[in-house]
Amino acid sequence: MAQIRIENLRKDFGAFNAVKSSTFTVEDGEFFMLLGPSGCGKTTTLRMMAGLELPTSGEIYIDGQEVGQKPASQRDIAFVFQMFALYPHMNVRKNISYPLVSQGMPRAQVTAKVHEIAEILGITNILDRPVGGLSGGDRQRVALARAIVREPKAFLMDEPLGALDAEFREHMSEELRALHDRMGATTVYVTHDQLEAMQMGDKIVVMNHGSVEQFGVPQDIYDWPATKFVAQFIGSPPMNFLDFHGSIDAGADQIALEGITMQVPQSRHGASGALTFGVRPEHVRLDDSAPYRGRVVATEYLGTTQIVTLDTTNGAVKARVASSDHVATGVTTGLTFDPRTVTIFDAKTGQALRSEANEGVLGHG
Amino acid sequence: MSFSVTEPRMGTKWLAGILVVGYAIITMVPLLWIIATGFKSPNDSIAYPPVILFEPTMEGYVNLFTDRTRATPQMLKDAGPPETWYDEIAQNRGTVITGPSRYGERFLNSVIIGFGSTALCMILGTAAAYAFSRFRVPLKDDLMFFILSTRMMPPIAVAIPIFLMFRNLGLSDTHLGMILLYTAVNLSLSVWLLKGFIDEIPVEYEEAALIDGYTRFQAFYKIVLPQAATGIASTAIFCLIFAWNEYAFAVLLTSGNAQTAPPFIPTIIGTSGKDWPAVAAGATIFLIPVMVFTILLRKHLLRGITFGAVRK
Repeated sequence: MAQIRIENLRKDFGAFNAVKSSTFTVEDGEFFMLLGPSGCGKTTTLRMMAGLELPTSGEIYIDGQEVGQKPASQRDIAFVFQMFALYPHMNVRKNISYPLVSQGMPRAQVTAKVHEIAEILGITNILDRPVGGLSGGDRQRVALARAIVREPKAFLMDEPLGALDAEFREHMSEELRALHDRMGATTVYVTHDQLEAMQMGDKIVVMNHGSVEQFGVPQDIYDWPATKFVAQFIGSPPMNFLDFHGSIDAGADQIALEGITMQVPQSRHGASGALTFGVRPEHVRLDDSAPYRGRVVATEYLGTTQIVTLDTTNGAVKARVASSDHVATGVTTGLTFDPRTVTIFDAKTGQALRSEANEGVLGHG
Repeated sequence: MSFSVTEPRMGTKWLAGILVVGYAIITMVPLLWIIATGFKSPNDSIAYPPVILFEPTMEGYVNLFTDRTRATPQMLKDAGPPETWYDEIAQNRGTVITGPSRYGERFLNSVIIGFGSTALCMILGTAAAYAFSRFRVPLKDDLMFFILSTRMMPPIAVAIPIFLMFRNLGLSDTHLGMILLYTAVNLSLSVWLLKGFIDEIPVEYEEAALIDGYTRFQAFYKIVLPQAATGIASTAIFCLIFAWNEYAFAVLLTSGNAQTAPPFIPTIIGTSGKDWPAVAAGATIFLIPVMVFTILLRKHLLRGITFGAVRK
């Protein structure tokens, strides 16, 4: 197993720039998520790690060795495709043994190894079946078995659960995570599903338009987004953005939102002009006595909580409150925001301003 | 989309069956006629009204495969009783067999040239189609159009330049020359057909093989080729049928050494009167290889024709 280091990686397809200068490190044994909307360059980045695309510039280190221009067959990694890509003219056993055969492993050893892996994944009963008739889940297990059997340096997975239906996905994601914990293999996993990323990943890279927006552990990324894009992409519903004109001085811990003073984490930078006040829905509280007002326009019942949508002078705000609270649409109420959780963004650049609260996360990100 | 499928009624099924069988009979009549004529005597073959029921004879086949000379009754008597059944047939017509005819050679030429050009066409066509399908080839679309455009004129339009070219290159009346010519004519069609088939094979299969430690060529050989077998088989049938049946170039460019069966069969008529049974026998035997080839590959042919129409 190995560490994977990506340095200033760039990929152009003709005039189109798919990945711009990405840098991040996947530590040995980590379950690492590459997260972003479609077309953000996450799959291209993964394919460059695999050797299926050659980078335009930059370096890829696997286990300390620069492999950027090496063919896929020499990198000793395994790849799990979204559509599984099981060899359709071979049965399950042949599919799993195929990577071993390419290494010239003796037949008896191949048979033993295939059995061992099939045991782990619980597919010994289908070893002699053709892959054509298998269910989605079994195909997925066979694809994983084919990846694992060679004991590669790392697993690269391109939306491996994307082709499964929702119910089964949940189950497979648990199985996948359990498998990872058991094998301790470095895994890079591409997904556009932020829930999946947070649920399964040790670390997440959020990409957008070919650039790395943020890189860190799920909780840090959720609590302290580096940019408005990350704040919006992660979380459901996403972070609330209250756009306002104003200013904040370095060292200040207050801002004026429509003339109402709000406590915020002490800022490390001064800024003025178009700013955005960002707060997660669960940190918004309805308090009739609060001076900042909003009118309830909708409520969504979600079981233990409900999402209340309010109209304010700075735009719509969603609050996650207990289902037991009675909230009537149409009424105007007061809003308070948990001051420890607020992030102020520069509205023009979309970057979060450093504060005492997020500097620990953004300092090294 | 959803369709409600109801089992057709018995009467409808019968009607459909009768129509299909009727159509099959109509299309089979010329074929059956040729086969039947091969077993008729010369008189029966030109009888009017045509005879449907006749006494079968191998005379046509004997005449097809042998050269004979007319013999006087005295010569026949001297020759003694016929040694084989085909000597007997010849002697009953007042002839003696002098040796085998050239039909066997011509037929073999057809086999060599037909299958040779088909094989070459498949090798070059698959390689070219794979490259066009998988790699970023500069001017790809223009090249593909150029390849197709060679198919737009009838090949015989360039017969004279080809004739001169072959004469200067020493390719006239050679097996190699005919194989090259039929390959050149068929290659454009096979590149187009095969590219369509290879485009349908997801590139992930090869990528998986590359990652599993195989080279690009191994991935092509072990993964793409088995997947493309259907396409290759149906394309091969098209190529073989063209090369097998081609007549005009064969007449023009071959005479002694590399002549194929199609230009030879009509010459049978001239050698000893209007010997229609022998011509029909030649045509019947000539049909067999393509028929066998097509039957062997028919599963692929059907899938090939409907390829891409149904999402599997």
